[in-house]
Amino acid sequence: MTEAALSSVPQPLAASSAAGRLFAFVRRLVREKPLGAAGGAIFLVFLFCGIFADFLAPYGMNETNLEVRLEAPSLAHPLGTDHLGRDVLSRILIGAKLSMIVSFLAAGIGTLVSLVIGVLSGYLGGKTDMILQRGVDAWMTFPDLVLLIVIISVVGPGIPQIVIVLGLLYGIAGSRIVRGAVVTVKESMYTHAAQSIGARTLHILARHIVPNVMPVLIVLFTTRIGAVILTEAGLSFLGLGVPPPEPTWGAMLSGTGRTYMYLGPWLALAPGLCLTIVVYAINVYGDALRDLLDPRMRGSR
Amino acid sequence: MTAAGGAPLLDVQDLSVSFRTDRGLVRAVDGVSLHVEAGETLAIVGESGSGKSVTALSILRLIDTAGSIDGGRILFDGEDLLRHDEATMRAIRGDRIAMIFQEPMSSLNPVLTIGKQVGEPIRLHRGSVWKQAYERAAELLRRVRIPDASGRLKDYPHHFSGGMRQRAMIAMALACRPRLIIADEPTTALDVTVQAQILALLKELTREANSALILITHDLGVVARYADRVAVMYAGRVVETATARALYADPRHPYTAGLMASIPTLDGDVEGSRRLATIPGQPPDLAALPEGCAFAPRCPHAFERCGKPPPLEETEAGRFSACHFRPPRGGARGASPQLE
Repeated sequence: MTEAALSSVPQPLAASSAAGRLFAFVRRLVREKPLGAAGGAIFLVFLFCGIFADFLAPYGMNETNLEVRLEAPSLAHPLGTDHLGRDVLSRILIGAKLSMIVSFLAAGIGTLVSLVIGVLSGYLGGKTDMILQRGVDAWMTFPDLVLLIVIISVVGPGIPQIVIVLGLLYGIAGSRIVRGAVVTVKESMYTHAAQSIGARTLHILARHIVPNVMPVLIVLFTTRIGAVILTEAGLSFLGLGVPPPEPTWGAMLSGTGRTYMYLGPWLALAPGLCLTIVVYAINVYGDALRDLLDPRMRGSR
Repeated sequence: MTAAGGAPLLDVQDLSVSFRTDRGLVRAVDGVSLHVEAGETLAIVGESGSGKSVTALSILRLIDTAGSIDGGRILFDGEDLLRHDEATMRAIRGDRIAMIFQEPMSSLNPVLTIGKQVGEPIRLHRGSVWKQAYERAAELLRRVRIPDASGRLKDYPHHFSGGMRQRAMIAMALACRPRLIIADEPTTALDVTVQAQILALLKELTREANSALILITHDLGVVARYADRVAVMYAGRVVETATARALYADPRHPYTAGLMASIPTLDGDVEGSRRLATIPGQPPDLAALPEGCAFAPRCPHAFERCGKPPPLEETEAGRFSACHFRPPRGGARGASPQLE
């Protein structure tokens, strides 16, 4: 605490601007959590590929060329081709874009749902808390996959459905974590102090509660991205994911990847490795973020 | 009892507050009456669980959902605060009555700047724009003697030491020039030297503004010396009130006398062979209070009549004590326990 106060004296500008704070945070991440920083870097590469997939992909995702069917990786096709002669690298890149869209939207919806339920439940307490939490309990007694399969079977596969269902699923589960954080902040002295100066509930929520559970939300959002990518791949594997011809990693793994595993192992290896690396990277990065942003850790160094 | 000007600024009459607990209803405050004049400093002294903080929170109607105010009146400027709706109470909190909490380390929001927090009551109650609120915040920080006040508005609480944070809390409490400031153990978490500074500052600033100050403390030794009048609480009741001077010179209630005797002194015994005096026994369990006087089981003067609850009676002008035992002049401190 004292040390932090002292070290901030000679360089007050470093912490004053948003860019300076970001830079300071990245430096801290690299120094204290090198593995997390590496995860973050891989995550950034994934985002870059996802955002610029259309420019980076050397071929169209559904561009078939029967003359180069099931070709091993070469200069023209760095990750080989599939049974229809489509370029695997291009499909991986477009798959990254789809994974990114689905995971960001679903994790975003999920975090929002967690925030709303968690804040209502944790701050209002009493009967509201009881009713909401019993609802969450009831929802969580069903295994995720069972719920997913049932709902997707009813509403049919498609990107919007998957985004909403996954968002809801993770949102409701995550509301517990947010609720816990809100209860802690609610019991803190500064919330009482805010009440004692005549602030209304909405004001207290916006100024005092939400900013102080922000670290929890950031970590929740980040780790959920990894989880959503994995679950979407699982759904695609079961044939309930994003419908063809959109090339998602899960579908590539379960479709052509499994069928032609012996003729063209790269068909399964490429999406499988991408999934593993990206999800692992995001999880490591999320863990590092949690360690660095956890309010209980703040000021303790 | 009241000043020549008429009704006191705050007049708490027969206040009772109880809490639902696992062990049943616990009466934390039981028929407490207090009054504070404008510009006066009242110390409420008592140990943990004596009901002093609950009394303070009740004045602002901020006791949590497990507790409820069962009876009594809290007249502030002639209006009964217990009859107001929540919106009216919000308008009063921070504007006409302000509160300072005991933990400066955690009473400030770690993610907001000092300027934002000190300026917040002004924004809430005066509807000022941020520029004005910041100017006022800087002025307030200057008044609580924070050096380079305007330069520190953009600092975060972790840049401030404990004493400075408590100064910032005082600035925040003073923001809207409240008529009454309630300070709940304002210096408990601070170093002894800083304690004295903060108390002197608080006293000076409230006197300047002619605000009343209620100082809640367990420390009869230091804190209560800054008060004009002292009310001693035990087990949810006021057991003795008197001017600070009279109370220190001659405590009437055996509990007050016991508290006084347990203040360590430097001049008493240089050899250090004498043990510090203590009050025997434990603070009472509020869920199972004895019938009659709650202090009787620990009281050196207890006798048969203590089985009936003693009323808070005026023993001489301006002095009230709730005790059946009437010590001879010279006080309950007197060595020989003398019964009627």
